[in-house]
Amino acid sequence: MKVNDVILQTVTKIVVFIIFTFAFYLFFAGHHDTGGGFIGGLMAASALVLLYLSYDIDTISKAIPINYRTLIGVGVSVSMLTGLGSILLGFPFLSHTFEYVDFPFFGEIELATSVLFEFGVLFTVVGGTLTIILSISEDV
Amino acid sequence: MSWVHLMIVLPLLFAVFIPLLYKAFPRIHTGWFVLVVPVLIFGYLATYLPMLANGGTAIYEIPWIPYLDINFTVFVDGLGLIFALIISGIGALVVIYSIYYLSKAREALHNFYVYLMMFMGAMLGVVLSDNMIVLYLFWELTSISSFLLIAYWYQRKQSRFGAQKAMLITVLGGFAMLASIIMIHNITGTFSIREVIAQSDLLVQHDLFLPAMLLLLLGAFTKSAQFPFHIWLPDAMEAPTPISAYLHSATMVKAGIYLVARFTPAFGGTPEWFWIVTFVGLFTLIWGSLNAVKQRDLKALLAFSTISQLGLIMSLLGMGSAALYFNPGDQGVQLHAYAVLAAVFHLINHSTFKGSLFMVVGIVDHETGTRDMRKLGGLMTIMPVSFTLAVIGSLSMAGLPPFNGFISKEMFFTGTLSAASLDIFNMSTYGAIIPVVAWIASVFTFIYSIILVYKTFLGKYQPERLEKKAHEAPLGMLIPPSILGFLVLAIFFFPNVVGDYALKPMVASIIPSAAGVFDDYAISWWHGFEPELFMTMAVVAVGLILFATLNRWIGLYNHMPQWMHLNNWFKHGLSGMERGSHKVIDWHMTGYIRDYLMYIFITIILIVGGSYFLLTDFTLYTENLASISLFEIVLALVLLGSTVLVMATRSRLTAVVSVGVLGYVVALFFIILRAPDLALTQLAIETVSVALYLLCFYHLPKLKGRSEEEGEKFKIGNFIVALGIGSLVTLLALSVNGYNLFEPISVYYGDSYDLAGAANMVNAILADFRGFDTFLEIVVVAIAGLGVYALVRLRLEKRGGTDESQ
Amino acid sequence: MEILMSILIGVLVTAGTYLVMSRSLLRIILGTAVIGHGALLLLLTTAGLKEGAPPITNIEALSYADPLPQALILTAIVINFATTGFFLVLAYRAYKELGTDDMDKLRGIDDE
Repeated sequence: MKVNDVILQTVTKIVVFIIFTFAFYLFFAGHHDTGGGFIGGLMAASALVLLYLSYDIDTISKAIPINYRTLIGVGVSVSMLTGLGSILLGFPFLSHTFEYVDFPFFGEIELATSVLFEFGVLFTVVGGTLTIILSISEDV
Repeated sequence: MSWVHLMIVLPLLFAVFIPLLYKAFPRIHTGWFVLVVPVLIFGYLATYLPMLANGGTAIYEIPWIPYLDINFTVFVDGLGLIFALIISGIGALVVIYSIYYLSKAREALHNFYVYLMMFMGAMLGVVLSDNMIVLYLFWELTSISSFLLIAYWYQRKQSRFGAQKAMLITVLGGFAMLASIIMIHNITGTFSIREVIAQSDLLVQHDLFLPAMLLLLLGAFTKSAQFPFHIWLPDAMEAPTPISAYLHSATMVKAGIYLVARFTPAFGGTPEWFWIVTFVGLFTLIWGSLNAVKQRDLKALLAFSTISQLGLIMSLLGMGSAALYFNPGDQGVQLHAYAVLAAVFHLINHSTFKGSLFMVVGIVDHETGTRDMRKLGGLMTIMPVSFTLAVIGSLSMAGLPPFNGFISKEMFFTGTLSAASLDIFNMSTYGAIIPVVAWIASVFTFIYSIILVYKTFLGKYQPERLEKKAHEAPLGMLIPPSILGFLVLAIFFFPNVVGDYALKPMVASIIPSAAGVFDDYAISWWHGFEPELFMTMAVVAVGLILFATLNRWIGLYNHMPQWMHLNNWFKHGLSGMERGSHKVIDWHMTGYIRDYLMYIFITIILIVGGSYFLLTDFTLYTENLASISLFEIVLALVLLGSTVLVMATRSRLTAVVSVGVLGYVVALFFIILRAPDLALTQLAIETVSVALYLLCFYHLPKLKGRSEEEGEKFKIGNFIVALGIGSLVTLLALSVNGYNLFEPISVYYGDSYDLAGAANMVNAILADFRGFDTFLEIVVVAIAGLGVYALVRLRLEKRGGTDESQ
Repeated sequence: MEILMSILIGVLVTAGTYLVMSRSLLRIILGTAVIGHGALLLLLTTAGLKEGAPPITNIEALSYADPLPQALILTAIVINFATTGFFLVLAYRAYKELGTDDMDKLRGIDDE
C-alpha cells in the first residue's frame, strides 16, 4: 500500500512535539490538576504511535533507539523500588510523603515522592502500549 | 516457636536445599546430607523420654488462625513421641540404606530426597499435632508424598497405576476424616484433640456420634490398609524398596493405627467402636495372612503380611478399648488395657522386624535382579549375612523365641482370651470367635514366614534364572537391617526397657484410666505353661505340617471366586466413574463458546433477576434527578446510533470505527459527568485502541479470501438473552438510585490535599492512597505487553528455524 | 439524567452481550469493549450524577463529585486496554495460524 503521505509526515513533525509537550505537562500537572502517570503515558504513547504510522518502523526505530520491553521492566522496577524505599524507612509498602521546598529561581515548589512512583507508571504504560502495537505491526 | 515445632518443620525446610546440594556436590551422594536431619530429630526427641517415663507431657502452641480455633499446637505425650521416634529412627536407617540402594549416577536423587523429607515432616506433624485441622493437613501431605514416592519410577506403567490407586483410596479416607473432624467440632466446639477427649461423654451421647465415628474410622482404615481398603498396599510395592520399608510398613500405614489409638479415649468404651475396630482388624489379619501365602513376589508377600500385622494391631486396639467401659480402678481396666499394651508393643516390634525384612528383600532384589520366589533359592551360602537377618526377621514375625515377636504374639493371645471372656457388648455370644480367628491367622503367618526364608535362601540355587550373578551386599546396605535385627533380639531379652520408657506412657495416652496400673508389671517372655504357650506350640506344629504339604493345597487359591477379588471391584468402579463423568461432560460441554456464554447469561438472569424480583419491590425514584441538556440528548443519540451500527453492520471496518465513536462519546460523557481525568484517559486510550484494532483487522481480509464470515444472520434467540441481560442491568442501575445503605467512604479522600499534598483527588487515590492497586495494575499492563510480544514473536522464530533447515 | 443513563447502559450491555455470542472473533472482542463501556458508565452513574464540582480541590466548590468510582474507572480503562490488546493479538494469531476467525471452526479436537 504505497500512499503519498508528505502532508501527514510534515504535520506529524510539528504535532508530535506539541503532543509530547502536552504529555509532559499532563504528567506533572497530575498532582493538583487533571493528569498523571496514566494520562501522560498514554499521550506520549499516542504521539509515538503517530510517528510510527506516518513514517515506518525502521526509520523511527533508528531515530528513537528505545527497546520498549526494557522500558516496561524499568517502569515496574521504579514503581516497586519507590514502594520498597518506604519499607526501608519503616513505613508500610508504597507510603508517600511530600514537602514544599523553596527553589532560588522558581519559587516554592512541592516535591512529592509519589512523582517517582508515577514515573514508573508512565514508563510502563508507554512501554506496554508500544510493545503491543509494534509487535503486531512488525508481524504484518 | 518451640524446638519441637522446629523439628517438625526441619525436614520440610531442608527439602528446599536438597536440589541445591545435589547440584553443588555432584560427587557426594545426596543422602549423606539428608542423613543429618533424621539423626538430629531423633536425638532431640529422645531427650523427652525421661519426662515421659515419669508420666509427664508437654504442650507448645503457635497461633495460626486463632479466630477459627486453628492453632499449630504440638502435644508431646507417650503415643505421639514414640511414633515420632520410630519415624525419625527408621528414617535415619532408611536414608543410610538408600544411599547404597539408589545409584548416584542413574537416579533422580534430588526428587527422591525432597519427597522423603516432605513425608518425614508431614508424618511427624501427624503424630505430634494436637489440632485436628493441622493433623488433617499433615495427613493429606503424607498421602501426597506417598503418591510421589510410589510413582518415583514414573516411567513404569505399574508405578503410576499403584500411585494413583494409593492416592485415590487414602485421599478418599482423608476426606471422610475431614468430614468427621467437622462433625466433632460441631459437637464439642473445639478442634483440639485433648479438649475433645475431655468432652468424651458429650460426644458419645450425641446424635452425630455414629457418623462421626464411622467417617473417622474410614480415614484410619484406608490409611492403614484395613480390609477392604487394603488393596492399595500391594500395588504400592512398586516404590523403591527403601520407601516400602519406610512408608509402607514402618510409618505411614501406621498413621491409621495412630489415629485409632489417639481417638480411643474419645470414642472408646462404646460397643460400636469395640466391634468395628476389633472385627475389621481381625478380618484384615486373617485375610492378609491367607493371601500372603499364595504370593510369589517377595515384596507382595511382605505387603500382605504388613496388612495382616496391621490388622492384628488394630484388633488389639479394639479389644483394649473395652477397658474404657469400666470405671477407673476396676479389675476390668487392667485386664483389657493389657491388649493395648500388646498393641503398642507389637507396633514397635513390627517396625523393627518388618523394616529389616524389607531391607533384606531389597538386598536380594538388588543383588540378584529379581524378587520372584520361583527363580530364587539357595542364596544361604552366597549371602550369609542377609540370610541371618532374614531368619531373625521371619521368626520374629512368626512369633517364635528368642525374638521380640514372640512376646508380643503371646500378649496378643492373652488379649484375645480376655476379650473372649467379656460379658458386655454381646461378647458372651460371639466372643469365642476371637481367639479362634487369631489362632488360624497365626498359623498362616507362621507358614508365610517360613516360605519367605525357605524359598529365597534354602532350596536349589538357580543362577541361570537370575539376571545378575548373586553376591553379598555392600556393608552399608547391611548395617541398617543389622541394627534392626539387633533390636529384635535386644527387645526380647530386655523388654522392660521398652516397656518403661515407651509402652507404659503410650498406654497411659490411649487408656487414660489405665495410667499407673502397669507400674509394677514387668513384661517377660516366660509365663509358665499357660494357654498362650500351648497356642503357640500348636501354631508351630500345625504350621509345619501345612508347610510340608504346601504343594497339595496351594491350588485351592485358584478356586477363589472372581467376585472375591477386590481389585476387580476397584477397576470396574473406577472405569465406571470415568464413563459416567464423560457422559455428563459431553452432554453440556459442546465445544461452542456461545453455548457456555449462554449458560452463564441465563444463570445470571435467573439468579440475579429472580432474587431481585423475589426480594425487593421495584420503585422508580424520580427525586433529586440531575438535569438533562440538549447536548446530552444529542450525545445519547450518537451513542445509540453507533451501538446499533456496531450490531447491524456487515463490514468489519465500520464496526471498528463505530466502536471508536462509541469510546469518544463515552469520553464526552465523562466530561459532562465531572470526570476530567477519565475523559482524557479515555480519549488517549481510544485513539491507541483504534490504531490497534485497525492494525490487527484491517489487514486481515487480505490474507485470505473470506466472504462467508463477513455477514452474520440476526439470531433472535441470542438477542432475547442479550436483551434480558441489558434490561436487568438497567433495572439495577435505576433501583440503585433509591438506596443509600452505607455512608460513602469517599469523604476520607476529600482531605487529599492535607493527607497526600495533592489537589487532584483521583490522582491522589491512584498514586498515594491505593498505590498498591495501581502498582498491580501496571504489572497487568506489563504482562499483557510481554504476552503480546511472546505470542507474535514465538511463532516468527519457529518459522525462522524451519526456514534455515530447508 | 439518571434514567437516561440507565437506559443507555442497558443498550450498551445488550449490544455487547449480543456481539459476544456471535461467531466472529472480532465481533466478540468488540462486544467485550462495548460491555466495558457500559460497565464504566454504570459505575459512574451509581455514584450519583452531576453532584458538585470535579474532584479537584483547587476548584472552589461546596461539594465535589465522588472521586472513588473515578479512580476505579481509570484503573478499569487501562486494564481493559491491556487485556483487549492481548485478546486482539490472540485472535489475530489464531486467524493467521488457522485461517479463520469463526468460533464454530475453532473448536479444537473432538476426542480429547
